[in-house]
Amino acid sequence: MTRARLLLLSPTLAMIGFFLLLPVALMAVYSFLSPGTYGGVEWLLSFDAYIQFFFERDFLTDELVFHTSYLSIYFRSFVQALAATVICLLIGFPTAYFIATRPPATRSAWVLLVTVPYWVNLLIRTVSMLFVIRDEGPLNGALTAVGIVDAPLRIAYTDFAIALGLVYSYLPFMVLPIYAAIERFDFSLMEAACDLYAGRWTILRRIILPTVKPGVVAGCLLVFIPSLGAYIAPDLLGGGKNLMIGNLVALQFQGSRNWPFGAAAAVLLLSVVLVALTVLARRRALSSAGN
Amino acid sequence: MKNTVQSILVALVMSAAAVFSPPAGAAGELKLWNWFEYMPQQLLDKFSAEHDVKVTLDTYDSNETLLAKLKSGVRGYDVAVPGDYMVAILIQEGFLEKINANRLSNFRHVDPKWADVSFDPGRKYSVPYQWGSTAFSVDTSVYGGDIDTLAILFDPPPQLRGKINMLRDVNDVLNAGLRYLGHPRCNSNRAQLAELNDLLVGAKKHWLSFNSDGAKEVLVSGDAAVGMIWNGFGMKARAERASLKYAYPREGYTAWMDNLVVLKGAPNVENAKLFLNFMMAPENAAVLTNFAKYSAGVKGVEPYLDADLSAANELNPPAAAPAGEFVPACPPEVVKLYDRIWTNLLK
Repeated sequence: MTRARLLLLSPTLAMIGFFLLLPVALMAVYSFLSPGTYGGVEWLLSFDAYIQFFFERDFLTDELVFHTSYLSIYFRSFVQALAATVICLLIGFPTAYFIATRPPATRSAWVLLVTVPYWVNLLIRTVSMLFVIRDEGPLNGALTAVGIVDAPLRIAYTDFAIALGLVYSYLPFMVLPIYAAIERFDFSLMEAACDLYAGRWTILRRIILPTVKPGVVAGCLLVFIPSLGAYIAPDLLGGGKNLMIGNLVALQFQGSRNWPFGAAAAVLLLSVVLVALTVLARRRALSSAGN
Repeated sequence: MKNTVQSILVALVMSAAAVFSPPAGAAGELKLWNWFEYMPQQLLDKFSAEHDVKVTLDTYDSNETLLAKLKSGVRGYDVAVPGDYMVAILIQEGFLEKINANRLSNFRHVDPKWADVSFDPGRKYSVPYQWGSTAFSVDTSVYGGDIDTLAILFDPPPQLRGKINMLRDVNDVLNAGLRYLGHPRCNSNRAQLAELNDLLVGAKKHWLSFNSDGAKEVLVSGDAAVGMIWNGFGMKARAERASLKYAYPREGYTAWMDNLVVLKGAPNVENAKLFLNFMMAPENAAVLTNFAKYSAGVKGVEPYLDADLSAANELNPPAAAPAGEFVPACPPEVVKLYDRIWTNLLK
C-alpha cells in the first residue's frame, strides 16, 4: 500500500524536488558567493551579500554604515501587500457571499465571470490599466469632463497605482476560496441563530465568519504572498522608480549585475514568508488543540 | 469523449511536427536578437526571400539586458546588435564569434570613419548597424524656455517637475549626471561619485519614471513632458506629437554606434554572415535608416533616404552644439561603483 502510494506520488515529488527545492538550494548557495564583474558569480565564499543588505560602504571612507534602504523596500512591499489583501478582502468577501447565495443553477455562471480577467495575460491587463489611469487617459478625461477635478489626477506612476494593480491582479484569488467556503456553509445554522434572536452582525461575527475562516485565511495568503513578490505592477504602474522586493531581485540579475545580492534578497524574502507561515500554522494548531 | 481526446492528440502531433521539422520552402534559419522597434519587417522579408532563410526576431531593451541574458546562459541566437562599448565587453567575455567581418564583400561600403574602431580594432567581430546620439526631448508646449542644458533633467523648471522620464540605462543616466557636474566619464574618483550619487538621489523626486522601451510612448501620451531618448526614436516621437523637440545639451551628450555581431556558438553562422553582408548593402542600410531614423554606417545610402531625414533636427545638430561623446567600456572597479550608485538610485 505505502509503496503504491509512494509510486503514485513520485512524479509530484520529482517535480517539487527538481523545480522547487533544487533552484531554492542553488539560490541559497549563490547568496554566499562573490559577484562577477559583468554578472554571474565567482566561487569565492563571501557574506557580503547579507552584509550589504544592512550596511553600506561609505563612498569616501569605505567604512560600513548601517542603512535602511533595503529594509524600506521590504517594508514598502509588506505595506503594499497588506493593503492589497485588506482591500481584496473587503471587496472579495461580499462578492463571494453574493455568489454563494445565488440559486445553484446560476452560481457557476457568476464564478465564470470572476475568472474572465484571467483569460487575458497579466502583462496585457496591467498595460491596459496604465492606459486607463494615465494623465490623458479615459479616467482622467471623464473626471475632468464631469468637473470633479480641474487638472488630471496623478494616478499613474504612484504607489497608489501599484496598489490598484495588485488588487486588480489578485482579487479572484480572494473571491474563489471564500466562495468555496461559504458555499459549503449550512445556512440552516443562520436560521437557527435568527430563531435565537441573534442580530445580523452577530450572525456574521459568531456564526458565518468562524465557519468560513479557513477560506478567508486561504484567500488572504493567496493574495498576500504573490503581492509581496509582485514584479509587473510596480515596474509598469509604479514607473520602475519605487522598487518592491521582486524588482530589487530582478535588478540585481540585470542592471546591477550582483547575483549573490539578488539571491540573498530572495532568500531573505523566502525566510520571512516561511517563518510567518510557520508561526501562523503553530498558532492554529495550538488553538485547535486548546479547543 | 474519445473523439475529443483523439482530435486533441492529432492536433498535438501535428503542431509538434510543425515545430520540429524545417518549414516548407526555407532551406535555413536565422535567429536575430535586436533592440525593440529597430528592425523593419521589409528587410527581414527581403533577406528571407533572397537567401531562402526563415528569420525569427526577438528583442531586448538595453545593452545591459543583452549582457545579463548572455551571462545567465541564454543561447541559440545567431546575430545580436550591441552598442559600441558593449561590443568590447562581449569580445572580452568571449561571447562573440570571430568572423573577420572586414573581409565580407560589402564591407567596402563602410564609411572609412567606422571601418576601424576602438571597441573592435580591425573590425574582426562587428559591422556597423546604425549610429546616433542619446539626449532628451522636451514638450515645448509645456515649457518654452532654453532646453539645451542638462539642468532640464537634474534641476528642472517648475513646469517640468514630476514629468520627466529617464532611460532605464545605468550608463546613460550616470554619464548625463557626470556631464552636468563637469566630472569625467568612467570616473573612479570617490568624492566626485559621491557628488554624483547626491545629485541623482536629489533629482529623482522630479522624475516620473524609468522606462526605455516606453521612452517614446510616455512622451507621445503626454504622461511625460521631458524624456531621455535616442535621436531617431525622438524623431519618431515628434512625428506623433509635433510639440516635442530634441535637445542638444551644451554640457555634452552621448554618441553611440550599434553593431551587428555573430554570437559565439551561433547555430547558423553562415546565414549570420550573409545577413551582416546583406545589411551593409547601401540600399538595405537605407531602408533600415528610413525606419529607425538614425544614421547608417555605410556610404551611398543618400539616394534611397527619405527627404524628411536630411532636414530633421534630431539628425542634424546645430552648429553651436558640442559633438556627441563616445564613452568607452569602463574598467571593472568603475563598473562596480556605477552599479552601486544605480541600485541606490532605483531602490
